[in-house]
Amino acid sequence: MIMKAKKKNSLQQMYTIPKKKKSLRQILKKDMSLWMFCIPGIILTFIFSYIPMYGIQLAFRRYNAKAGIWGSEWVGLYYFKRFCESPYFVSTIRNTLILSLYGLIVSFPIPIILALLLNSFRHKKYRKVIQTVTYAPNFISTVVMCGMIILFLSPYVGIVNNFLKFLGMDPVNFMANKKYWRHIYVWTGVWQSTGWNSVIYFAALSGISPELHEAARCDGATKFQLIRYIDLPSILPTATILLIMSCGSILSVGFEKAYLLQNNLNLTVSEIISTYVYKVGMINNDVSYSTAIGLFNTLVNLVMLIIVNKAADKLSGNSLW
Amino acid sequence: MKKEKSVQALKHRRTKRCRGDVIFDTVTFIILTVVLLIVAYPLYWVVISSISNPSAVSSGEVLWRPIGFTLKGYSEVFKNKAVMGGFMNSIIYTVCGVLVNLAVTLPTAYALSRNNFSGKKPVTIFYMITMFFGGGMIPTYLVVKNLHLLNTMWALFLPGCLSVYNMIVARTFFQSNISEELYEAAEIDGCTQGKFFFKIALPLSKAIIAILVLYYGVGHWNSYFSALLYISDKERYPLQLVLRNILITNEAALSQSASTEAARAALREKQQLMDVMKYSLMIISSIPMLAIYPFIQKHFVKGVMIGSIKG
Repeated sequence: MIMKAKKKNSLQQMYTIPKKKKSLRQILKKDMSLWMFCIPGIILTFIFSYIPMYGIQLAFRRYNAKAGIWGSEWVGLYYFKRFCESPYFVSTIRNTLILSLYGLIVSFPIPIILALLLNSFRHKKYRKVIQTVTYAPNFISTVVMCGMIILFLSPYVGIVNNFLKFLGMDPVNFMANKKYWRHIYVWTGVWQSTGWNSVIYFAALSGISPELHEAARCDGATKFQLIRYIDLPSILPTATILLIMSCGSILSVGFEKAYLLQNNLNLTVSEIISTYVYKVGMINNDVSYSTAIGLFNTLVNLVMLIIVNKAADKLSGNSLW
Repeated sequence: MKKEKSVQALKHRRTKRCRGDVIFDTVTFIILTVVLLIVAYPLYWVVISSISNPSAVSSGEVLWRPIGFTLKGYSEVFKNKAVMGGFMNSIIYTVCGVLVNLAVTLPTAYALSRNNFSGKKPVTIFYMITMFFGGGMIPTYLVVKNLHLLNTMWALFLPGCLSVYNMIVARTFFQSNISEELYEAAEIDGCTQGKFFFKIALPLSKAIIAILVLYYGVGHWNSYFSALLYISDKERYPLQLVLRNILITNEAALSQSASTEAARAALREKQQLMDVMKYSLMIISSIPMLAIYPFIQKHFVKGVMIGSIKG
């Protein structure tokens, strides 16, 4: 995506007459008003994104509220060692990885399939209805979504258990059983976001020129072949980029939903890195330790992103940069 | 034009649907209908449960239509002061948050969309870095705390005042819709960049403003995490945090504390009313989203399409 912009720029540079180089001051003066446009954003982003980055050194210091960040004692890698040695190291990382890989495997292909089916669907009006309805859950807030999950699966009044009773089975306390937790987490995610995630593929599909389809039809291609040989290859670049992006965030499973679906009985599978960071930092007030775990998480994500991006570049020629 | 259409129609008729296609169409139809039902039924069920008799809901009688129509759940919600306060707070937070978001995002996106802007590259890199690397929860919290923003609404929207994704969407829009030539023409007539932005560029960009308002607005309305971090004063809780206390924390408390048979029966009755109230609560909290949903759908999709040109 950025590549294209670059190409355009270099083309423009080639065809414009080289101007005399201006001094930095002249350039700044010319663009003064545009720089002014950027200033509010730059200041706010600097305060709330870059100063916290500087504050990461808390991970290497023993935080002392009185002395402040800079006055706190330097302890080096102490907190990283502590995290590596704690029983939570293996369990939180494993939970996070399983949850996100499971989620990725399930929720990556389903929107693509939905978009392909919708695109080849003949009844335009019915298609519109399906799209409108499947997008809707995306706008339900996480809190309401989790409230729905807990109520639906409740052992006393939940509709799922009522249904099981109707079939003559014993009611199951889904939220208290750690066997089910991951499935609940992932499949409710699929329910909520599949429709919305398919929009981007649908947009890419509607960009395919209809002549391609017509030509293939004239040559006797079946609908399945149209999908296999025209539709699928043409959304592959979009899919690759999205896959890279989601691999980059493989260790950053969202805090919001996991935290709301946690209870003491399923904690062994539901404690993920982000919820652990929150509990350590905000509830136990172990500021430095929490920062260290957070930093560890960010670094792993960054490395993952770079590796996957390289791999995708080698394999398919699509990459983020 | 007319001729072309009829030729196309003829072509369509000539390429007959073979048997494989008929099977394919039928299978597609069935799959999509099943998907539609799976998505729609839970939503529909919440709606009918919210207007049904509490005991009918919990005994599982309510399946296809409301039973024992009552608005008890809704009146219970309106009696609840915390919910109403949260609702008002959320409206204020959402409106202010969106205004701040727009005030920061639009000018930045506009400046970055100008090809001859000397800051294009450095500023883009400045924002790209924040996409991949960040300070994390605690350092950000400490910054907010040191600025004395805890328990104020500023803490909710200043830290995330510019979403890089939304900014890129807006930039792409400006790039393709507000041409450099337009500015040059205005410049000759003595227009400055600032004036051009407010008097010409913004009025031409209503579509992108609508998209940003909706993207940011939905985000603010639905988020609870930043409030969980930064707001501890119950009076200032946004709706989602109030909802969390009612929908999630309460549920656990009620189902755990039932020990004797009598207590369990009493609790169950109370719980039944609570449950119906919860369904009503879900609906009421989603009303703002429902009200603008038809509007949203058109623009959200447009926004994704603008974004997908880049991504």
